[in-house]
Amino acid sequence: MLLARWRQTLVAAVGVTFSIAMFVTLLGFMNGLNDMLDSLILNRTPHVRLYNEIKPSENQPVNEVDEYKNSYNFISSVKAGITRQEIYNSGPILQTVKADERVLGATPKLLAQVFYNEGTIDITGVINGIDVEEESRLFNFQEYVTSGDAIDAKNVANSIILGKGLAEILVADIGDVVQVTTAQGERFPLKVVGYFQSGIQEIDKVQSYASIATTQKLLGKPANYMTDIQVKLHDLEQAPAVAREYARLFQIDAEDIQTANAQFETGSNVRSLISYAVGVTLLIVAGFGIFNILNMMIYEKMDSIAILKATGFSGRDVNLVFLVIAMSIGLFGGMMGLLFGFIFSAIIDSIPFNTSALPTITTYPVNYDLIYYFIGGSFSLITTYFAGFFPARKASKVDPVEIIRGK
Amino acid sequence: MKGRDENMQEVILGARNINKAFHDPVTVQVLRDITFTVNKGEFVSVIGKSGCGKSTLLYILSTMDTDYTGELYIDNELMSGRPDPELARIRNEKIGFVFQFHYLLNEFTVLRNVMLPGLKLGRYSEQEVEHRAMERLKMLGIDQLAKQSAYRISGGEKQRVAIARALINDPHIIMGDEPTGNLDKRNSDIVFNIFKELTEEHNQTLLIVTHDPEFAENTHRIIEMEDGRIIRS
Repeated sequence: MLLARWRQTLVAAVGVTFSIAMFVTLLGFMNGLNDMLDSLILNRTPHVRLYNEIKPSENQPVNEVDEYKNSYNFISSVKAGITRQEIYNSGPILQTVKADERVLGATPKLLAQVFYNEGTIDITGVINGIDVEEESRLFNFQEYVTSGDAIDAKNVANSIILGKGLAEILVADIGDVVQVTTAQGERFPLKVVGYFQSGIQEIDKVQSYASIATTQKLLGKPANYMTDIQVKLHDLEQAPAVAREYARLFQIDAEDIQTANAQFETGSNVRSLISYAVGVTLLIVAGFGIFNILNMMIYEKMDSIAILKATGFSGRDVNLVFLVIAMSIGLFGGMMGLLFGFIFSAIIDSIPFNTSALPTITTYPVNYDLIYYFIGGSFSLITTYFAGFFPARKASKVDPVEIIRGK
Repeated sequence: MKGRDENMQEVILGARNINKAFHDPVTVQVLRDITFTVNKGEFVSVIGKSGCGKSTLLYILSTMDTDYTGELYIDNELMSGRPDPELARIRNEKIGFVFQFHYLLNEFTVLRNVMLPGLKLGRYSEQEVEHRAMERLKMLGIDQLAKQSAYRISGGEKQRVAIARALINDPHIIMGDEPTGNLDKRNSDIVFNIFKELTEEHNQTLLIVTHDPEFAENTHRIIEMEDGRIIRS
């Protein structure tokens, strides 16, 4: 039966192939872009950030006094007391966190507010004191260092990696020395060993990186001084729970990535939703194609159906035949679709895509996650099943007497 | 003829008080109180003018048409009121069909066409069914066509293939709806002789609806119908 109408069958199969290929390609591409945009921020953002926030004490002294303990006290103009940004007990905390088996790694960070001195002009900025090796391992730091070598920040004493935008303002080449002034008023010469480019210009204009030791020296602080501990987990989804746990355990502020970057999640979800909607629409259209072709096939094959029934095939058998036809269209079309989808993805993946904002990206990003192939494959079977279901039921109800007598 | 006489009492097909009416657009009584039996080994022809209800009767007897009142027995079992899948199985096992138009499945070879009902029955393995199909093709003298596609052979050959297909499951009865109606004289004779041979040498029961008086004359028994009634049997 398949053979007789093989051209139409082929058209139906091509329809399925096309829609599955598009489905897979679209989702792969969309999610590739999603991943890239996410990684722009999320890959460089710690899953859990431990820090000390400057804020007024929640327990004001009046609440501790026996007399007023049980009354409701109104206090106006509450100010933050002398709290240090430093994390207390940073060493043991770091050790404990690193020992936690949910944790992929943890690295200290020290933020220093500085002025870059360019002649008479002072430019405000931030120096991130980091553990270069750990930072590279956990947050791909080296990928964003576009010129120079990231590790030089550690190996060369008193060195700095400038944001690309900042370097242009300062007209600082690699090997030059820039002057920075700390908030405490101390002036410090630092040697430029590289540029980094995050893809977000605002960041590149203010941020620069130095090794944590250099930054500690800059601020005149001891070697255990750090303002942040950045934690990267094995499983991103656990971040809120881990953050809550650490906040309680270490009496510290902890922020999880979901809270810090909620808008990215939303954006990604909406984009995925749209691509799924388009993909599913394509498949349903292909399903209608199969439905039409099978319907036509039934009209043409009335005689054959009648003879099958006359020679002892029941309605169920006829039903089965048409379902098998539909499902094999779905199966072959779907498999070809997955193959073509993969090929299209590979083609897109090899198209050059150069943008100054994204130094690490050279071609269009594509996600090859198997789940899209799985969804595409099973959806092709489901739609073709339903596309075949009604024509098959119709075929099974053909009355052989009418056909044979009608001649 | 001797074999036929011995089996005279074994009833293959029985119809009792079968009535049928078409209701669309107006009620027309097509069959009125049809009662008759066919014994094993009989070669029966049904004749009558166009519209006398002979084809309608045949489709009721073949169990394909279930919209009637009365009782139908095949092999002494009541057919009336049984569900469709069961009737399909009975058609497959006990009834062979030959139609006016040959109704082979063009997508398959001749051999495959003949094998199809046998494969459906599933009583024999595929090799056995193939062997039996070849036997029947050989019996009808068309075994050289076995590997041909069904649409490449001539009308007379097609009708012989259809007969081979009807025989594949050793049916109790073969029913034909004007099997020679679409054939020239020579091919008609070939088909008639095949029927004759089947009934005489293989004791096959046959019930053939026909227009052709010459064909009917040469059968053992003629049932003549007029206006939905049997007037001669």
